Amino acid sequence: MSDARTDIFARIREALKVKAPKPHLKAETSSPNTSVAAKPWLPDGGETAEDSLLILAEQLAKLKAVLIRVPDHASAAKAFAELATTKSWKKVAYHGHELTRPLAATLTCEAWEADASFDKQKLEGSDAGLTTCESIVAQLGSILVSSRSSGGRALSVLPHVHVVIAEASQVVPDLGAALALVKARHGTDMPSMLSFITGPSRTGDIERILVLGAHGPKELFLILVG
Amino acid sequence: MDNSKAIFLKEATVNAADGVQRAFISKALGGYYTNRDLQKARYRDWERARDAASMAKWSAVNDLANVLEKFVKNFERNGGVVHWARDAAEARDIILKIAEDAKAKAIVKSKCMTSEEIHLNDALEKAGFGVVESDLGEFIQQLRGEAPYHFVFPCMHVKREAISELFTKHLGTAPTDSPEELTMIARRHLRQLYVDADIGITGANFLVAETGQISITENEGNARLTAALPRIHIALSGIEKVVNELDDLSVLLPMLATAGAGQPMTCYNTLYSGPRKKGECDGPEEFHIVLLDNARTRLLADPEQRDALHCIRCGACLNVCPIFKNIGGLAYGTTYQGPIGSVITPHLRGLKQWNHLSGASSLCGACTDACPVRIDLHHHLLHNRRNAAKESPTLFDRVFHNGFNFVIKRPWLFAAGGRIFRASLPLLQKLPLPYMGAWMKTRDLPKAPTQSFREQWKHDHV
Amino acid sequence: MRVSLFVPCFVDQLTPKVGLATAKVLKRLGHVVEFRSAQTCCGQPSFNSGQWDVAREAAIRALGVFRGADVVVGPSGSCVAMMRNFYPELLKGTPHAAEADDLAARTFEFSEFLVKKLGVTDVGAKFAKKVTYHDGCHALRELRLKEEPRQLLRAVKGLELIESEEGESCCGFGGLFSAKFPMISTAMVQVKGGALARTGADFVVSSDPSCLLQIGGWLSREGKPILPLHIAEVLANDA
Repeated sequence: MSDARTDIFARIREALKVKAPKPHLKAETSSPNTSVAAKPWLPDGGETAEDSLLILAEQLAKLKAVLIRVPDHASAAKAFAELATTKSWKKVAYHGHELTRPLAATLTCEAWEADASFDKQKLEGSDAGLTTCESIVAQLGSILVSSRSSGGRALSVLPHVHVVIAEASQVVPDLGAALALVKARHGTDMPSMLSFITGPSRTGDIERILVLGAHGPKELFLILVG
Repeated sequence: MDNSKAIFLKEATVNAADGVQRAFISKALGGYYTNRDLQKARYRDWERARDAASMAKWSAVNDLANVLEKFVKNFERNGGVVHWARDAAEARDIILKIAEDAKAKAIVKSKCMTSEEIHLNDALEKAGFGVVESDLGEFIQQLRGEAPYHFVFPCMHVKREAISELFTKHLGTAPTDSPEELTMIARRHLRQLYVDADIGITGANFLVAETGQISITENEGNARLTAALPRIHIALSGIEKVVNELDDLSVLLPMLATAGAGQPMTCYNTLYSGPRKKGECDGPEEFHIVLLDNARTRLLADPEQRDALHCIRCGACLNVCPIFKNIGGLAYGTTYQGPIGSVITPHLRGLKQWNHLSGASSLCGACTDACPVRIDLHHHLLHNRRNAAKESPTLFDRVFHNGFNFVIKRPWLFAAGGRIFRASLPLLQKLPLPYMGAWMKTRDLPKAPTQSFREQWKHDHV
Repeated sequence: MRVSLFVPCFVDQLTPKVGLATAKVLKRLGHVVEFRSAQTCCGQPSFNSGQWDVAREAAIRALGVFRGADVVVGPSGSCVAMMRNFYPELLKGTPHAAEADDLAARTFEFSEFLVKKLGVTDVGAKFAKKVTYHDGCHALRELRLKEEPRQLLRAVKGLELIESEEGESCCGFGGLFSAKFPMISTAMVQVKGGALARTGADFVVSSDPSCLLQIGGWLSREGKPILPLHIAEVLANDA
């Protein structure tokens, strides 16, 4: 008996001997080539960096994510410390990175570098996780984290609050741009996980009523420098 | 003896008469319509976006062998292990073997309709493995011992009071009528399970051939946790989920979210390429993917309906379907409910046993308009009806349509028959005739005129 | 223009006034109207039941009936959709394919013909009533007609047009579906009919007589104070 792989490929090749027509496209002048960078029919991500920032702010607000814009890194650290005080955090886990370390250093509560001494039980007990990100998508309000930019897979999703520190230059207009950047940056050596985070964790499973913080963070903060 | 049609008719009859439950479902979907329209309005041209999404899937499905091969090559290069399953039994065996080899004590799962299709939980439990669904809706359905009601909103039919009672019974928590508190109960209960589980099982929404990544879409963060903390990650996916390029996702991910749930983007869209890499602090040591055929190639072999394999399982067709809204998801008796389920189930599980789903449609076409990848859903219901009439015609249909054909071929007979029909209509309405009696049970017929149009026209124009 | 009427078989047998009203409006606009009495049923019941061989025979017969007609106009989105969209599909790859495409191009739904082909919206009708409009699914989704009937209704003197909730929802008729799955069909008309009744309109108007049969039948049984009326009947009213 031949193996499953061989069989399945044989079935596929047999099935595809008869061609199927293209779908009924509605836009007659459409050139639906998904590999072109600009897709002027998707939601707008902004023509200029300024436009993009405006769209991003609007999207994040609708998603119930909090955008904190600060002029410099010192103000970012200050904003983060204030957040920790207001929320009475006792334990904060962070990804070791030049953007995060100065922020973690200002905390008066316990702060630990999650990727240096990973402990899932301790991570679960942390009030907040602080990470960097790969990029931020203005069009959709999505923050792209990776297992490299965010201290592994769990740090951005297991603690009850997720805080992202990023620079305004990391904002890209749309999803296509973010994916192109990922390819340019990592090539064939992708981080094992890349995740577009679009607002705090949510569910509508009970009577389709929105509840934040289903399994992941209940709150999401983006501290944007510049 | 397969009695899927009898069960369907019985369930549909009960549910269609339940005005309270129907109103509940209608209300639950109300917010979806509002949000979907708001999000669709942000698209500069939704129809063009649909064109692009359908072409992305079309080009992959129609070149499936090559695209799949490329995906597998890249997936393996990333350090993942690929398994092939011709059918449900093979897929179950593969996953059981991985669990046995790992001596797994606890398995956590995130939502995966393909696993419902192969009845994975039953198989794992029979083999002695504890398995817990982590998606809130699936978790509730697992506790209820019931199949998902809707493949995106699994427990949308369950009222909060029932969920509260369920949690009190199984988790010993205090009753509450707050959806938020109920969600937090599940959150607290499941957190430790992720930490303790040896194996995490997920589905996959897209397989990216170009990069060998799998893409998982979810709102709750449970799939993220399922693929982060356990030592082994197993993804189960149909072979048709493959797309050519990473950039295809720039169209498909937002459209999946907007069409399916009225969101700009689902909360977590995550790409996985392989197990934990060198230098990464967490993530599984092993990453397996089980690629399942289970009659998908049978659908692939039908060029007329091949586009049904474009489905991205957004659920938009269910959300707008008047049949779904009135009979509910459980009546279908299928893994995939609603219009897409009525189209593909006959291919996956047999036309003779499942053609009644294609019949149970007014062919209104709301589904086809809602589909972000332009599957010709309601016309495929017609195609299934045609194929079934060829394969196993019913006696009624043969007699009725041949008789009808005999009459309409002969205008004089059609006119004469019409006269007799009109004259006897008052009597016919009183007789317990099949079909006509069913119609008359809830609706009146207009009073038949003495003269037909053709008679009056002749009179006026002679 | 010489217009050949395409009269659905249940209009012929159950609501002939719809056919007469259609002719009346067209004549008022100065067109010559003919009715070819060799026509019977377009074959849609068989087509929808999967009996495509039977439907194909009906289609080929209809090609013969309407051969040579300049334009074919029918007061039913559903039956016109059968000719326009499904005859070409049925006859694809047969010697009749070209003629099916040709007939499809010459066939129009009544409101479509007035607005899109003739460019007329005001047909000189008067109707001082409150009406709500029901989109038949075939007109809406197979023929893509939404604005055309509304443009015509808005131009009727004295008429007040009220939109309903569930505006684009199916009435649940679906031909034999309504008899084969009566419980689902009834649930659908409860949703649709209820919304129509809540508008407070005097009449529910549609371009599809089959939908009106279903909706009217349910409204009548439930004793709702709103009556079914075909758009041709509204437009024919000039007194």
